[in-house]
Amino acid sequence: MALNPRPLRILIAKPGLDGHDRGAKVIARALRDAGMEVIYTGLHQTPEMVAEAAIQEDVDAIGLSLLSGAHLTLFPAVLAELRQRGGGDIPVFGGGIIPDEDRPELERAGVAAMFTPGASTQEIVDWIRTTIRPRVA
Amino acid sequence: MTKRDWLERRYRETPERPVRFSTVSDMEVDPIYSAADVSAPARDEWPGEFPYTRGVYPSMYRGRLWTMRQFAGFGTAEDTNARFKFLMGQGQKGLSTAFDMPTLMGYDADHPRARGEVGREGVAVSSLVDVRALFDGIRLSDVTTSMTVNCTASVLLAMYVAVADEQGVPWTELGGTIQNDMLKEFIAQKEWICPPEPSVRIVVDMIEFCAKQLPRWHAVSVSGYHIREAGSTAVQELAFTLADGLAYVDAAVKRGLHVDQFGPRLSFFFNLHNDFFEEIAKLRAARRLWATLMRERFGATDPRAMMLRTHAQTAGCSLTAQQPVNNVVRVAIQALAGVLGGVQSLHTNSLDETLALPSEQAVMVAVRTQQILAEESGVTNIVDPLGGSYAVEALTDRLEREARAYIEHIDELGGMVKAIELGYPQKEIADAAYVYQQQVDKQEKTVVGVNRYQMPEERQPDLLRIPLEVETRQAERVRKVKRERNGTAARDALRRVREAAESGENLMPPLVAAVKALCTVGEISDVYRQVFGEYRDPAWL
Repeated sequence: MALNPRPLRILIAKPGLDGHDRGAKVIARALRDAGMEVIYTGLHQTPEMVAEAAIQEDVDAIGLSLLSGAHLTLFPAVLAELRQRGGGDIPVFGGGIIPDEDRPELERAGVAAMFTPGASTQEIVDWIRTTIRPRVA
Repeated sequence: MTKRDWLERRYRETPERPVRFSTVSDMEVDPIYSAADVSAPARDEWPGEFPYTRGVYPSMYRGRLWTMRQFAGFGTAEDTNARFKFLMGQGQKGLSTAFDMPTLMGYDADHPRARGEVGREGVAVSSLVDVRALFDGIRLSDVTTSMTVNCTASVLLAMYVAVADEQGVPWTELGGTIQNDMLKEFIAQKEWICPPEPSVRIVVDMIEFCAKQLPRWHAVSVSGYHIREAGSTAVQELAFTLADGLAYVDAAVKRGLHVDQFGPRLSFFFNLHNDFFEEIAKLRAARRLWATLMRERFGATDPRAMMLRTHAQTAGCSLTAQQPVNNVVRVAIQALAGVLGGVQSLHTNSLDETLALPSEQAVMVAVRTQQILAEESGVTNIVDPLGGSYAVEALTDRLEREARAYIEHIDELGGMVKAIELGYPQKEIADAAYVYQQQVDKQEKTVVGVNRYQMPEERQPDLLRIPLEVETRQAERVRKVKRERNGTAARDALRRVREAAESGENLMPPLVAAVKALCTVGEISDVYRQVFGEYRDPAWL
């Protein structure tokens, strides 16, 4: 076991067509300030692009931000693309406008956690610290 | 006694709570303001007189109430048409259309990138068939219509005038607004097709077309709303919005138009956030600064080309998913700030909008809020009732001064298009958004129900859900349009659009012909992508 584990590497991604990147950018900065390595995809990513970036950058987890109501389509699509590329073990968490009644379906699809309006950045940092471990290549 | 004497001798003796007294934008304010804080010009301003700080019209709401204009759009054109008719039945006079993400980004409903998004955040429009259904049974000369669409605005405006032709309504009778503010897209809302330069060219094509052919239409609604929602301060919202406006005016003047010719048809759109006095001051400062800049920089002489007329909407980002009924109170306070700030039209948010599109019942409360302000509260009886308040005048002066400093800095960078290419406004906003979130996380700023006064949550209210079948139906509809139209005519019309895009001739006439030939939003956007190139998010953090 390494004495100085490398910092966690997190991909923050914006799948879909909505341009609301305030939340994604705030989270990206907060994770970076908490000592993590953050890769931000920018807007308007397809599920394929997100999965590809996650594999190429060898990330430890993926945070998806979505505020267009398309989460029930796009979150599972990202997970499917990851599995296809052999990245099915990369934990995926999500944030944005996600009604409570959609949570069970997303959990069944494999989304590890969901952070919705009102969640503090500290809550998200703490969740990552306790849940995510550096992946062994 | 002077203000300083009073502060030092009397105020210091009294206790003060151990908090920073600052606005929601983190602007610290004095405990009191006095006559000495108010600039000399502010003491001789009148409504309807340059620089219009106190309002653009002499009689303001005594003459005519603001237009209550609720934004609506979801599902198919038929769904939204029904909501329009419901709102008109509730006393609303102006329509306001929200489009879905694929329409806003230039993809048809059957495009792979549209998956999961069709009809969700607004109404799905792929071809003229949809716009025809959207306004079915609504005569376009009887309403004014606002359309919130930007990079595909040219296509949607072409479709609107095409429907007018079908209804036999002359273009000269069409009243309304198309948002068409591309610069704020790059800064904040981030729905785009091509890079900033060609985007501004299309905006100017529309300004020119409207100036000549649609005398009652507002070709651009210069929008601060989204800038604020993206996390800016009030001063940044004011400054970046006016700087965007200046960039359009500059580009239109370079096209050979005179500012007095198109200036009267520019309108604005501001956010109404929580901080009551800051928002009122922002609207007053916006009018004063715009009038001054239009005269100073472009030699405007027509008063209407100097008047800043504005729509406003309460701040979506201020609403909370927790204890959603509290949002009714937030919206009422924000709307009151808009009215005291002298807006020309207003959208009040619905209490359930942090969770989903608003339900009919929530929309009703929002509309009633405006009616209570207009007809019960008495605030409409007096024009600019806060004019002369030391605090409001001092804040107005301060927002004007600080916004002007930002605008001058943008001038130094080479204007707004250049500043956007450098990422300047984007980074300023991201910084402000991060500072605010940290303040909320540390409880330095209170959000009731979120970081203070939390409760175990009640069940979420019933939400308006858009069934996935909408996507299937809409995709099939656009495929049918493409299958059944005259293919040769559509191809020829699309070629004409491409020629205009390449040659620099005004795009609007060939666009009107193209939408009548049933060319789709996606097909026309593809022409833009091919001719002008695609813009990609620089993904600045």
